[in-house]
Amino acid sequence: MLVKFIDYLRDRLKMVIRLCYVVLGLLVVYDVSFVDKHSVHTMAEKIPGWWAFFGFVACVLIIILSKWYGHVKWFGGKFRIMSPEDYYDN
Amino acid sequence: MTTDFIHPGFVLIIGALLLPFIMGPLRKPYLILMPIIAFACVLKMQHGTYGVVHFMDWQLTFGRVDALSQVFGYIMTLMCIIGSMYGLHVKDPKEHMAAWLYVGGSLGVIYCADYITLFIFWELMAFSSVFLVWFRKRKQSLPTGFRYLMVHTAGGLILLAGFVLRYKATGALDFNLLDVDHPTLYTYLIMVGFILNAAVPPFHAWLPDAYGEATVSGAVFMCAFTTKTAVYALARGLAGLDILIVLGVIMALYGVVYAVLENDARRLLAYHIISQVGYMVAGVGIGTQMAINGACAHAFAHILYKGLLFMGCGSVLYMTGKSKFSELGGLYKKMPWAFVFTLIGGLSISAFPLFSGFVSKSMIVYAGFEEHLYWAAFLLTLASAGTFLHTGLKVPYFIWFGKNNCSKETWEKAADPPWNMNVAMAVASFLCIFIGSYTPYLYKMLPYQNEAADYALHVYSSYHVSESLQILLFTALGFFLLVKKLAPEPTISIDMDWFYRIGGRGFYWLARKPIQTFDTWFGEVYRTVGLYPLMTTAKFWSWFDWHGIDGVVDGLARTVRGVGTKLRTVQNGRLQYNIYYAVSIVAVLIVAYVFG
Repeated sequence: MLVKFIDYLRDRLKMVIRLCYVVLGLLVVYDVSFVDKHSVHTMAEKIPGWWAFFGFVACVLIIILSKWYGHVKWFGGKFRIMSPEDYYDN
Repeated sequence: MTTDFIHPGFVLIIGALLLPFIMGPLRKPYLILMPIIAFACVLKMQHGTYGVVHFMDWQLTFGRVDALSQVFGYIMTLMCIIGSMYGLHVKDPKEHMAAWLYVGGSLGVIYCADYITLFIFWELMAFSSVFLVWFRKRKQSLPTGFRYLMVHTAGGLILLAGFVLRYKATGALDFNLLDVDHPTLYTYLIMVGFILNAAVPPFHAWLPDAYGEATVSGAVFMCAFTTKTAVYALARGLAGLDILIVLGVIMALYGVVYAVLENDARRLLAYHIISQVGYMVAGVGIGTQMAINGACAHAFAHILYKGLLFMGCGSVLYMTGKSKFSELGGLYKKMPWAFVFTLIGGLSISAFPLFSGFVSKSMIVYAGFEEHLYWAAFLLTLASAGTFLHTGLKVPYFIWFGKNNCSKETWEKAADPPWNMNVAMAVASFLCIFIGSYTPYLYKMLPYQNEAADYALHVYSSYHVSESLQILLFTALGFFLLVKKLAPEPTISIDMDWFYRIGGRGFYWLARKPIQTFDTWFGEVYRTVGLYPLMTTAKFWSWFDWHGIDGVVDGLARTVRGVGTKLRTVQNGRLQYNIYYAVSIVAVLIVAYVFG
């Protein structure tokens, strides 16, 4: 049953994706229109859709900076954080 | 000890020692019964001080029951029931024994009220949990276990040095809040001892190293007890120590970065323990009643959802023999229930509304905002985007969906795990949702009731729900836009363990080289100065009684050569043993010096 449900959604992937975009949009609309922001601590939090922006930028930054950190060659190209699996065997 | 207090740790330790004698059909009921008895002991306890023993000049206290120890005791014994259920199919009694002794050690630390008792149980934890790594029985399990033991032995010694110095300075051995406003050398030594177990960078590399290598059910135990016992110790002894805020925030982000790079599901989860414990350490550092409540609540929720995640990924490992993303994928058709349970764990750790992390993690961030520590609060929120990115999205996506990297053999083996594993995961899943949906269950246990009641009014406010959903869902958007960049790579990530793995080799070489040189040199000298004249003399005397003399010389030469070989063998013996013995001797010497 569970597998059938997942397959059902996968067969309609485009519709599911569109639905997700609608949910994201509605969430920001909800934040702008209905949420009480009187007791927030910082100015930034009063910006409409601030946390949506924060979440997206945080995600992109984390992926890009971490991958850079893992792939960049340190000490003149001799050393990389992401190393072959047998690194410690040699 | 009175009947009001039966130490749950002792129940498990005695239970572990009796375990090999409980055989056949009684074994499985016994494996569930003993943790339930331990849990019942916790429920039955009344606040107070119990189990005070006078030993030499010291007063040892085994049972300090208050709100702080109770919340940890409760969740530790509850997790022991779930973990034992999950490992019910394991036939080797030794693995259960190791797990129970380990939990017993953790409970011993939680209920003790002096540093000597704490130290004994602290070491019991390290020396019993290492077997959960060794019982994996792979080639690399042995060295991994030794590394784990070495790091924890070193940490234990630093802790020992800390409280011994304090004893010298103040004459006190009680395990209570230290003077965090005027920290001295011993405060920092005790802190290092504690934060090593909490896996604070740079003392953290033991955690992914060992937890990635532990047995399937061993990892479920390990992920719960060591770090959270350390959080308890920090909350008890060092609440309000400012440096812990900085360390906690670094931890929260460090774990996230390494989780991006990680290819092994269980090592990824291990890095996320570091990240999550970072919240707790920061909470302890903030030190307000709200923050300490948050640290306790988050430890409570974390033990359940992290246990659940390790159970989910462990069940994939148990069924398929694989835990790397580059060897898995597309498994939802084969292991749908394991997927659902892991997803519940992922949503809980990511702090989705109605799941446990939502009501616990945010309490620490809220305490940060309240104290105007905006940088800390924002960075912790940033780390929580990373949490959802990996544990809520990357783990389920690359195991159950994504590109199917399974070999034919892996695919055929994959299926939902045995019933006991499913039951354990279902119970943990239920608790994750229950804690998130019905806040009084957890909040009524927290040490500071007024703050908990205050926060209960705020937690499901429209602002907090909207804030969390925006962060999480827009993180998901980022994930799906950049999913190709996150495709698994078959690599390992170099971490701080490099220093003792490669550095250790350097030390080994340094230790070996001079002695081997001396050995070779000694052999040469002997051959020139000793053996040659001896042989000449033997030849000279051979006409007289050459059989006898020659025999003696041969014997002598053999003996000397034999000693040389033995010396070399000792030299090549395991470095770990040598360090272990050296460290133990130092420990004994420190104690003898101070207390002698």
